[in-house]
Amino acid sequence: MAVEHLQERQETAAPAIELVGISKAFGPVQANKDISLSVARGSVHGIVGENGAGKSTLMSILYGFYKADAGEVFIGGVKTPIPDSSAAITAGIGMVHQHFKLVENFTVLENVILGMEDGGLLKPSLAKARKLLQELSDEYELSVDPDALVENLSVGHQQRVEILKALYRQADILILDEPTGVLTPAEADHLFRILDGLKEQGKTIILITHKLREIMEVTDTVSVMRRGEMTATVKTKDTSPEQLAELMVGRKVLLQIDKKPATLGAPILEIDNLQVIDHKGVERIKSVSLTVRAGEILGIAGVSGNGQTEMLEVLGGYMKATGTIRVNGVEIDLTGKHSDGQSRRHRGIAHVPEDRQSEGLIMEFMAWENMIFGYHNEPAYNKNALMMDNAAISKETEAKMERFDVRPPNPRLQAKNFSGGNQQKIVLAREIERNPDLLLVGQPTRGVDIGAIEFIHQRIVELRDQGKAILLVSVELEEILSLSDRIIVMFDGHIMGERDPEKTDEKELGMLMAGMETSGGAA
Amino acid sequence: MDKMPKWADVVLIPLVSLCLALFASGLVVLAIGQDPVQAITVMIKGALGSTSGIGYTLYYATNYMFTGLAVAVAFHARMFNIGGEGQAAISGVGVAVVLLAFDWPHWAIALPFAILGGGLFGAVWAAIPAYLQARRDSHIVITTIMFNYIAAAMMGFLLNGILKNPDTQVAETVSFPAGAHLPTIHEMLAPLGIEFSKSAPANVSFLLALFCAWLVWFLLWRTRLGYAIRAFGHSPNAASYAGISAFKITMIAMIISGALAGMLSINVVMGEQERLIKEFVEGAGFVGIAVALMGRNHPIGIILAALLFGMLAQGGFELLWEMPGISKEVVLVIQGMIILFTGALDYMVRKPVEKMFIRARKGQN
Repeated sequence: MAVEHLQERQETAAPAIELVGISKAFGPVQANKDISLSVARGSVHGIVGENGAGKSTLMSILYGFYKADAGEVFIGGVKTPIPDSSAAITAGIGMVHQHFKLVENFTVLENVILGMEDGGLLKPSLAKARKLLQELSDEYELSVDPDALVENLSVGHQQRVEILKALYRQADILILDEPTGVLTPAEADHLFRILDGLKEQGKTIILITHKLREIMEVTDTVSVMRRGEMTATVKTKDTSPEQLAELMVGRKVLLQIDKKPATLGAPILEIDNLQVIDHKGVERIKSVSLTVRAGEILGIAGVSGNGQTEMLEVLGGYMKATGTIRVNGVEIDLTGKHSDGQSRRHRGIAHVPEDRQSEGLIMEFMAWENMIFGYHNEPAYNKNALMMDNAAISKETEAKMERFDVRPPNPRLQAKNFSGGNQQKIVLAREIERNPDLLLVGQPTRGVDIGAIEFIHQRIVELRDQGKAILLVSVELEEILSLSDRIIVMFDGHIMGERDPEKTDEKELGMLMAGMETSGGAA
Repeated sequence: MDKMPKWADVVLIPLVSLCLALFASGLVVLAIGQDPVQAITVMIKGALGSTSGIGYTLYYATNYMFTGLAVAVAFHARMFNIGGEGQAAISGVGVAVVLLAFDWPHWAIALPFAILGGGLFGAVWAAIPAYLQARRDSHIVITTIMFNYIAAAMMGFLLNGILKNPDTQVAETVSFPAGAHLPTIHEMLAPLGIEFSKSAPANVSFLLALFCAWLVWFLLWRTRLGYAIRAFGHSPNAASYAGISAFKITMIAMIISGALAGMLSINVVMGEQERLIKEFVEGAGFVGIAVALMGRNHPIGIILAALLFGMLAQGGFELLWEMPGISKEVVLVIQGMIILFTGALDYMVRKPVEKMFIRARKGQN
């Protein structure tokens, strides 16, 4: 009862952070519109919203990266201007970025003290940091070897270093930006335990995420942002994922996909004993064999970096491998000597790559130029041996953009000016409309807003129902579970196991993703 | 969603930059106790005030168009070709060999072969660093710079050796046959009854440069090869996803780049000197980098930037002649100032102009 009493007292005290009337525009784009937010001390406050809703902008203002056009920030009830990040640190704000800001070839200790060295010699600050790290790791399960090089740490541990860095700077308020994007479910659970511990010590935590499940699990209150505005702030226990999704998108959203049972056809893709050694000599894929049949979606789950990327690149024709791969019963060349992305396309393989911004699209190219990317040698797109038929391509692009609901439907707009979801729709339109026998899809909905996710999933299922084979790679377990007809889990370059999505759950898949055997193996 | 109209990006910003550069140069001229207004007047008059001035301006501009286009083509394939200087020098050998091989009856017959010879030699000189980059991962910036030195040494070796005119003490070839003489602008305009300076070296190569600019535009934005070059230049990862060969694009882009740099010899060696001398490139290969940067790697921008740099070069010589108080170094400072403001300090002008447009647009709504 004492704890409850304490929380009550804290909630009546001045809020840890109060934002009043924050606005920020980038050119003509209003990223934040008159946002007011109050975060109680000692609470976990979630902020959800689609990409481009203005979450990151708001946090960047709070951390001093951007200057707000209007509005004020109060920390602990005191008006605090934050012109830069060092002012934010002084005010007790710590930030764990989505992409870690660590020096890879420094040790944990060196990273922790970086920028906070007392005096010209490192030794005293290193000793001080070592002592503090020891205390913190005992207190919050934040154990990391202080002398390990950051590059040798797992992603989960690297994230702990980021948290330690913030705590070393005496942060009272911790902002975490999409912290679980790169973690296994087990690592994420561990992170949430750490956050709980921090909360009990009176720290305030702001969690930015697009995963509604996490919001429901760990936050006390949640704010929803849409198009630069704060549309709602509710107590987590009074809301539901469906309600939050609706608040984010502004309309009702189907979180679960309706799909018929698969009608299996002949094997389209047969991989036998595939092995990939990258240019550094590291074995990325160790003897993988699998089959994808017509009319089914095979989902490959796994934490990123366990061989899935290489698998897609080998199939896409731009990574060398050994072993055999047959498509429609015909073997394809894996040496790279007689094949490339072009020859794979001729074989009826279409590929939606994991990273649309660096692979799937040329961001500086206009939509119509991107709509033929990879197929630009097709006679239909060329007037003669030399010239492309720009007008015809443009016209076809317009039709495809309409069918895939790409907004705005302007073929002359550069790819970088579309939102993440619309960029992905351009790639999907290009690959699916080729009517391929085999579709490779990597992270189809990464950085895509909820409304578009629904659309993209439907299109993938539609293609399956037309009797095509689909190989899906995703780090989102929800996506894997809801789309796949079969699931394979990859860990450290090999297949940990195959499961039936109807007979497994996130927990079991999570253990496989972490390299632990489970009992429920399928044949 | 565009932040500002295209004309502002292409015309207004360079113009503002140019004015700022002239202002800063004025301060320098003032600091050494000379009259800045007089200096500017002399430069402009020298470059544009007479048909002779215009002829020289066009002559220099022709060189800068070739080298600027060369840099731009490589740049679109994500390569920084610093070797225009060396590629142009070696191309001179190609032009000289072709023109000395026969007693050419007419320039119109000689020209295509000279273009072929110069282009081939320039292309080969660019292809070696390209190969080293594509297959051996040697950085193209480093190798092309080294190839400039090798080219310079090679020129000395050839012009003091097998190519040397035995009748003189100078490192140069014998003069080309009279039939290889390219018509100057004076000779081209005379039949039309237009008076043009006889002494100015500008010749038919100027038209060749304009044609090359169109060719580069056509290549980059109308052909499949250009599409692949630009795709590779923007994102090598995406290119490999699409099955575009990095090796092929690297080689082809550099070969085109080297051949374009080689066209400089048509203007200088064939058009003006009518023999091969040792240091005929005179830094035009490096000016091409500034021209391409200022011209945003677009042929139209490059034509305009080349004309500006041509004016600067010609105006600078005139300034040296007319105002003895201004030394060669000060002329270089003025030219450098313009490169600095239009190239490196572009952002300084761009930001405020962008803001201005956004504010104006908001005012309208």
